[in-house]
Amino acid sequence: MAMTGQDRAVVPAVAVEGITKHFPGVLANDDISLTFNPGEIHVLLGENGAGKSTLIAILAGMQQPDAGRIRLAEKTVRLTSPRESLAHGIGTVFQHVLLVPSLTVIENLMLGGPWRRRLDRASALARFGELSRILAVSLDPDALVGRLSLGEQQQVEIIRALWQGGRVLILDEPTSMLTPAGVRELGQVMRRLRDQGVAIIFITHKLKEAYEFGDRISVLRLGRTVGEITKARLAAMSEQQATDEVIHLMFGPSATGQTVDAETMAHEGQRRRRATAVDRGQSPFLTVHGLSTTAQPGESALRDVTFEVWPGEILGIAGVDGNGQKQLAEALAGQRPAASGVVALRNTQITHLNVAARRRLGLRYITDERVGEGIVATHSLATNLVLKEIGRAPFWWRGITRWDNIHAHAREKIATHDIRTPSEHTPIGRLSGGNIQKALLARELSTQTGVVIFNKPTYGLDLHNIRTARAAILRGAKAGLATILISTELDELVELCDRIGVMYQGRLSGIVENVEGAEIQIGLMMTGAAAA
Amino acid sequence: MTAPAQGGVKSSAGARLATAFRVLLPIVLALLVGAVIILALGKDPLTYYGYVARRGLLSPIGIQATITRMAPLLMIAAGLIVAFRAGIWNLGVDGQFLLAAVVTAALAPVLVTLVPGWLMILISLVVAALVGAAWSLIPAFLKARYGVNEIITTLMMTFLGIGLANVLIKLPFNDPNTTVPQTATLAVEDRLPRLFDTTIHSGVVIAIVAVLLVHLLMTRTAFGLKLQIVGANPRAAVHAGLNVSRLTFATFALSAGLVGLGGAIEVLGVWGTVRADWNPAFGLLVVPLVFLARLHGVAVIGFVLFFAVLMSGGESASRRLGVPTDFVLVLVALLLIFLALVEFLDHRRRQATKA
Amino acid sequence: MPGLFTVDFTTALIFGAVTAGIPLLLAGLGEQISEKAGVLNIGIEGMMLFGAYTGFLVAFKTDSIWLGFLGGAGGGMLVALLMAIFCVWLGMNQIVIGIALTLGAEGLTALLHHFQFSRTYPRLGAIDSLPLPVISDIPVFGRALFDRHPLVYLSILLVFAMAWLFRNTYVGLNLQAAGDKPAALDAAGVDVYLTRSCAVLATGALAGIGGAYLANVGAGLFLPFMTNGAGFIGLVLAMLARGHPVWVLFGAALFGASLALTTALQVAGLNIPTDVVQMLPFAMVMLVLVIFARHSYLPPALGLPYVRGER
Repeated sequence: MAMTGQDRAVVPAVAVEGITKHFPGVLANDDISLTFNPGEIHVLLGENGAGKSTLIAILAGMQQPDAGRIRLAEKTVRLTSPRESLAHGIGTVFQHVLLVPSLTVIENLMLGGPWRRRLDRASALARFGELSRILAVSLDPDALVGRLSLGEQQQVEIIRALWQGGRVLILDEPTSMLTPAGVRELGQVMRRLRDQGVAIIFITHKLKEAYEFGDRISVLRLGRTVGEITKARLAAMSEQQATDEVIHLMFGPSATGQTVDAETMAHEGQRRRRATAVDRGQSPFLTVHGLSTTAQPGESALRDVTFEVWPGEILGIAGVDGNGQKQLAEALAGQRPAASGVVALRNTQITHLNVAARRRLGLRYITDERVGEGIVATHSLATNLVLKEIGRAPFWWRGITRWDNIHAHAREKIATHDIRTPSEHTPIGRLSGGNIQKALLARELSTQTGVVIFNKPTYGLDLHNIRTARAAILRGAKAGLATILISTELDELVELCDRIGVMYQGRLSGIVENVEGAEIQIGLMMTGAAAA
Repeated sequence: MTAPAQGGVKSSAGARLATAFRVLLPIVLALLVGAVIILALGKDPLTYYGYVARRGLLSPIGIQATITRMAPLLMIAAGLIVAFRAGIWNLGVDGQFLLAAVVTAALAPVLVTLVPGWLMILISLVVAALVGAAWSLIPAFLKARYGVNEIITTLMMTFLGIGLANVLIKLPFNDPNTTVPQTATLAVEDRLPRLFDTTIHSGVVIAIVAVLLVHLLMTRTAFGLKLQIVGANPRAAVHAGLNVSRLTFATFALSAGLVGLGGAIEVLGVWGTVRADWNPAFGLLVVPLVFLARLHGVAVIGFVLFFAVLMSGGESASRRLGVPTDFVLVLVALLLIFLALVEFLDHRRRQATKA
Repeated sequence: MPGLFTVDFTTALIFGAVTAGIPLLLAGLGEQISEKAGVLNIGIEGMMLFGAYTGFLVAFKTDSIWLGFLGGAGGGMLVALLMAIFCVWLGMNQIVIGIALTLGAEGLTALLHHFQFSRTYPRLGAIDSLPLPVISDIPVFGRALFDRHPLVYLSILLVFAMAWLFRNTYVGLNLQAAGDKPAALDAAGVDVYLTRSCAVLATGALAGIGGAYLANVGAGLFLPFMTNGAGFIGLVLAMLARGHPVWVLFGAALFGASLALTTALQVAGLNIPTDVVQMLPFAMVMLVLVIFARHSYLPPALGLPYVRGER
């Protein structure tokens, strides 16, 4: 395999040689060597836990490698702090926004300046204008960052990353929060910077983006570089060839189309769910009519949302994060009061019922913030499995806790849902993300379920657990559950749903049948450009 | 804000031993550093500690004084455990305690002329609990409705409460027959009955029962679990459908009510009256003890005993050996710092060994 | 009360309000720096008391009021250093450590004072004031406001200096970021731990000077436990001021005036319990809180230790 094809003509902007990093119990980076050339978009591919984030943290100066060195323009450097990385012209845009919401755009950009001096607004504004022109973006320098859209915040982050010279720009999964149009815009920005001679390191786990944007692709697996597709070879490949080669690299020589994970990855976005026999002649299970909520500061309120879901149907809700999906899920679950409108289960009005009452009627909500609100991390797995049943039989008797019953119930769920845990007493926060999600599925998908709301059920999981979660969703629908699936991954929605609607600025802009070509219309709706 | 609540994880025998070690090590370290301080001040630490132990724990009179002293501390500890487990920083203990004490002191001498003694005590206790709870109403409302930080509001209410208590003593509840402003005095025979032949009053029993009940409430009931979930992750509580604002009110009321009971017990058991400007300021002292016990209801009894020994022994020692009682404050501070340090190192160690 | 508010009475009242308000002002300004940077500094009561002790001791031994303030700043910073080590660097619970430091300072100062002076409470000499030309001759409040120790003027200047610093310097940006989104500050290449430690130390210095003023100028002597909650009032002022130093000034003036009124009424021999007057500012603030509660704001990262890589 040609993995080390180096174009000797150019001096690499930055090179890592033999980088090794241990964390307790994990070898995050194992002897990684890579070179990043100026004027190239270099894609780093790999699934969760492949070591991408650790490598970035090392280049950004947030972590120190145990072994190996970093060479900048052929000189060995030690990047012991974020400041040093920035000073060397290595700018990083992290996966999660790292801006101060209560400061303005220009203040955020000035952050980290020489602390002995007064703020130098004039020269900061000059630099801001210069970089805005290069990136062809228009932002108000005096706008509070907390008021900007995620796409705009990312633009601010890119400007900040380039602030001190911009030799190397690292983008960590930058597309996860963007609309298709936003992704296109980002692509243009990256190409413009590449043409200016910036070395761009683009981290993703999506094969499509890797092919679309990358000049060169390196694949990481279990902390090691397992292969590279050079610029010349990549240019000569079709998308299918590149995909096959990458899967080959990610899962080993015999993997293509064989292991389940490789299959999930290869067919992502290409498999479409066979239309199931949803009988829309009968009455819908869940009816939502004209549902609105009051706006909380910094979020979009739900505005006049109307839809129905039938038993056995999966209704997808697409949209860029922050367009009211969470508000919808919470209003349906009873966590957020409705300002107006009606929610009904079968023929029962549930608009003003609380969470517990709705749950008793068979409505379940699996939150996207698994650790943030789904669990109480310091309490045991057993307690978390009955979190929504507190005070009720058979786990409580007249308010007295019956720990034996709670623990027996937990042992049963651990067995049936394959939750990997030392015991039912283990604090749930010590479990992996995949096992926490299994516990949440076990808690919500019990026998008396009628309607389930999944909010980004595969976000942040590895391939194996993504499969498990998707299988659970399909199994539920087959058993007759009315399912609402909120996701920002269009591919996932196309794979699983019967119909797909789009949330845009708090409105449900339209629901379309999931047929061939639906993605195009959905993509348009996500930007608010078209309604169904 | 960090929630002070800790997880309710069951522990095995080995873990219990480790916990005991984590608790005892700070005590030993604090006593050692304390010894260095005594030495630096030109006194003999061994004599001092020995004297404190003898007068606070080993002599019959000393141990009785110590146990009597435990009653209000235990009631406050019970109240703080409820609040801290629910993630609420009730730092307004002194105001709640003092107001309840003053109202009890004013009410009891009047009641005793109207109803039988046992009923007088019962009514006084109930009223004191209500007064304490009432004094937490505004912080509870502001926290539940608007999320206003309870540290500010409870601190302010405590300053207000101390002032109000003094006003009450000096104006409406003042006993005109005394020169110093104070409330009417409850006769010794009407106070809480003594236990057997000792100077210990039965309020101590009430206090121990209260602490144990709080412990059972926290570990064995749905209500206790709900409180702890609100404390550990308020958003998870909302997600699980708990009524967070009602639980917040309940927490404040229960916490402040228990503290108020403590005020009543101190008046009915020991003093029989409250003088103007009396403020034992138990609040900040009990907070460290509750943390040392890691919010555990049974463990806190041990720490309160330890502290009460230091206090009553320390008072004798200050008269005899010339080491002021303020030294006990230094010891408690050292204890708290070492506790936090041991906890921190233990956390580091566990992180490092986590597979 | 006819004839109560005579010129002399009013002058004395304003004079007393300044004397009582300056320590609160300094503590409040100090706490504000910590809170802005995301550290809830409950240890401020201890810093103030320790500063009062060291400030008094230095002034007593050197006969220099200025060295006394310096000593107060040093004493406050000593306690603040412990706070920074335990809470910023080791990430331990800020409330537990804050209470521990307060208790420790109370015990230690009482202990040290006892062994130094036994039961005597020596006084410092009279404090020189610096009358400002012309304006100190204004009737009624000229002498009360403008014929004071220079530290009074410096403290008032500090209010505006801090307001300027918060808005116009990199230090101001760094503090705001450390309390609002420390990870962003870290990514921008500024050390969050250092920023927060400096903030805590600044708090200690200001609280210590406030304590020294309380002892050296306000009382002229050191008494164990003499701060008596002044640090906590500073904490409350800082929280209510929501990042604006000028509001701390207003708050300190309000509390200072009520404390002065208490003393003044006592002197005037009026039969209102001083407690009523003392309660007024607290009652007022609670009332304001109840009415305007929905606008309450604190930095999102307040009270949370920063650990790089954790969100």
